[in-house]
Amino acid sequence: MRTGSSDFVLEGDAGASPGPLDDLARGTGGVASWADDGPARRIRRTWLDTFDWRLYRAGLSLEQQTNGSGSDLVLTGRDGERLAVQPVPPANGRPGVSWPTLVSGLPAGPLRELVEPVAGIRALAPVARAESRVRQQRVLNADAKTVARLAVDRMSVTYPARATAEPRLSVSAVRGYQAQADKISRALAASPGVRRGSATALEAALAAASCEPGGRASRIQLTAGMPVGKASAAILLALLDAIEDNVRGTIADVDTEFLHDLRVAVRRTRSGLKLAGKALPDGMAASYRPEFRWLGDLTTPTRDLDVYLLGFDDMAGWLVAAAPDELLPFRDYLERERAAAHGALARGLRSARFRRLTSQWRAALTGVRADRRRPTVGQLAARRIGVAQQRALTAGLRITPASPAEDLHSLRKLCKELRYVVEMFASLYDPAQLWQAVRELKALQDCLGAFQDAEVQLEEIRAFADRMLTERSAPAATLLAMGEIAAGLARRQQRARTEFDGRFAAFAGPVSQARLAALTEAGSA
Amino acid sequence: MKIFATYNIKGGVGKTATAVNLGYLAARDGFRVLLWDLDPQGAASFLFRVKPRVKGGGKALIQGSRPIDGAIKGTDFENLDLLPADFTYRNLDLLLDAAKQPARKLASLLRPLKADYDAVFLDCPPSISLLSESVLHAADLLLVPLIPTTLSVRTLDQLTEFVGGFNGHRPEVLAFFSMIDRRKRLHTQIARELPAQRSDFASAAIPALSLIEQMSVQRAPVTAFAPRSAAALQYVTLWQEARERAGLADPAAD
Repeated sequence: MRTGSSDFVLEGDAGASPGPLDDLARGTGGVASWADDGPARRIRRTWLDTFDWRLYRAGLSLEQQTNGSGSDLVLTGRDGERLAVQPVPPANGRPGVSWPTLVSGLPAGPLRELVEPVAGIRALAPVARAESRVRQQRVLNADAKTVARLAVDRMSVTYPARATAEPRLSVSAVRGYQAQADKISRALAASPGVRRGSATALEAALAAASCEPGGRASRIQLTAGMPVGKASAAILLALLDAIEDNVRGTIADVDTEFLHDLRVAVRRTRSGLKLAGKALPDGMAASYRPEFRWLGDLTTPTRDLDVYLLGFDDMAGWLVAAAPDELLPFRDYLERERAAAHGALARGLRSARFRRLTSQWRAALTGVRADRRRPTVGQLAARRIGVAQQRALTAGLRITPASPAEDLHSLRKLCKELRYVVEMFASLYDPAQLWQAVRELKALQDCLGAFQDAEVQLEEIRAFADRMLTERSAPAATLLAMGEIAAGLARRQQRARTEFDGRFAAFAGPVSQARLAALTEAGSA
Repeated sequence: MKIFATYNIKGGVGKTATAVNLGYLAARDGFRVLLWDLDPQGAASFLFRVKPRVKGGGKALIQGSRPIDGAIKGTDFENLDLLPADFTYRNLDLLLDAAKQPARKLASLLRPLKADYDAVFLDCPPSISLLSESVLHAADLLLVPLIPTTLSVRTLDQLTEFVGGFNGHRPEVLAFFSMIDRRKRLHTQIARELPAQRSDFASAAIPALSLIEQMSVQRAPVTAFAPRSAAALQYVTLWQEARERAGLADPAAD
């Protein structure tokens, strides 16, 4: 059992064996000698992460290592310590898992249990591939006892670009011999052409391929004095990037979050056109508004069905009289509907209309010039946030216990608009102050979201039941079980409605309103 | 974690060779293995090139003033660690005598290592003592090497009767013939007949070969430096039988 390790990078000629090892022997006063520890090993490596790098951000690295004898998934932590290893059976006649896959596609075991809460519903897909040639040597003391192992890893990166990484040398102490390993590490650190390396193997592979982990930095930095047209174009361009980044994953149906993120970017674009449209050249917002509405509508049916399917197991847990199996025809029905909806969505995203929209929109935004006659972005943000805040307040104060569901839905839309406008100009404000300012708004939105989602799902489940009955695709037991789900949705909606008064009072209270006002005062200066 | 102990009242019957080779084979199978060299002579420590020295000696371990895992050394083999011998182990009986529940002491010392190891091998010195009693109480499986003579079979019966009288946890006993001299008719006859008649005998039988003696020259298990030799193959069979008898499941992925 080995413990403790330190890593080095071999620069230039030092990568040629056994250069640094000669120096090592001299540096440790001849105490250490070394012996080959078996022949060099070739390992094919594939690093996996979610599209938004959830594992990397959590300090985890998931790697599939394949050699002549099979394939393993290896999960390592922030300090390079192995957290779990899981052998994987062959897939499609080849060793390893077929990527991308949801976490449920990983072999069951401790590794999956560690990855599951981090990756959530996102799929794991390759973020880098490389082939490593690892030569290992044992460092021996005067009794010819192994006290440490040196491994030189020469890595050829094949994805995201072809490149050769600098050779990496790691020193691993054998348990009980840490002092000797430290001595070896010190000697190595003093050797010419050797420098300490802190990058993980994934970071080294990506660096060699001139890439960075963590994905695209999507936040743009606004300043209060920026001309509003230029600032709005920058915001809308970042949203267009987000739309385009998620198209491929949505079409390939890798996981449901691609569509979710695409929809969020479309909704924000639509809000942006509404809120800052006047800052753009004349007629630009008006001509694109219908196209983004088309795009938003295109994504709705699939997303609604995704919400149903993602919450399906939870809903099945509400059943009292029916057995969960009795809901299976309903699930099959939803999955068939979703497959059809996704087909239409994918066709829309592959269409000439969509391509035209994104390319022309990009060209139009790139062509926006600074116009000094218009207000600054700080002034516009303050005005827009103030207006959106006032509209949400007014609409909320009108709501009574007798108000119909549509009124709550309208308030939800106004709250969303307020949230979008705050987020759109987020980089103008202090992050801590911003978080405080939207805290009550977020809580209110969650409550309104729960109310409205239940409302929509209730309508939908009735419509599904009608169609399933007409198509004779469900036995009576299934329809009865769906009735129980409908009752559960009604309870959930009622709970949200009960919570609403408290949530709105907190949002409309003087503390929350003062925080929002203070935010814009600070930013509009 | 399963605890295997190689035990015999007599010396020179192959206890250390068995512990070292079975420990190595278990590690090779992917189990996380600890071998505790309890013999102050330190033969197992010598074979693994580890200095027979424990900080604070046996006293610190038994009294708990130093944690047991701080004394563990990695061997040259992946997954195989060693708790070395120390010359002060010759006094372990006295130290145990002063401890609470001496017969249960070894088991309680090993308990904290449960999460770190799948298999522990205790290489015992030849004796009947408080230490050996503590070993017998800690073990799940007693591996008893016997030279094929009528007297050694009698000793086995005495041992089985002794552990059969334990309250609560009782180790299983798996005897096997060791150091079989093929030139001696009595050896071959007993080694052939007894395992077929008794359920506490392994079918594996370790021959007396100079290759096994070579271990002290090579300073490695014979199963590592001569894995295809007749001796190594017998150890492989013995390990399979021991593993099955102890109910050691396949190693878990870490």
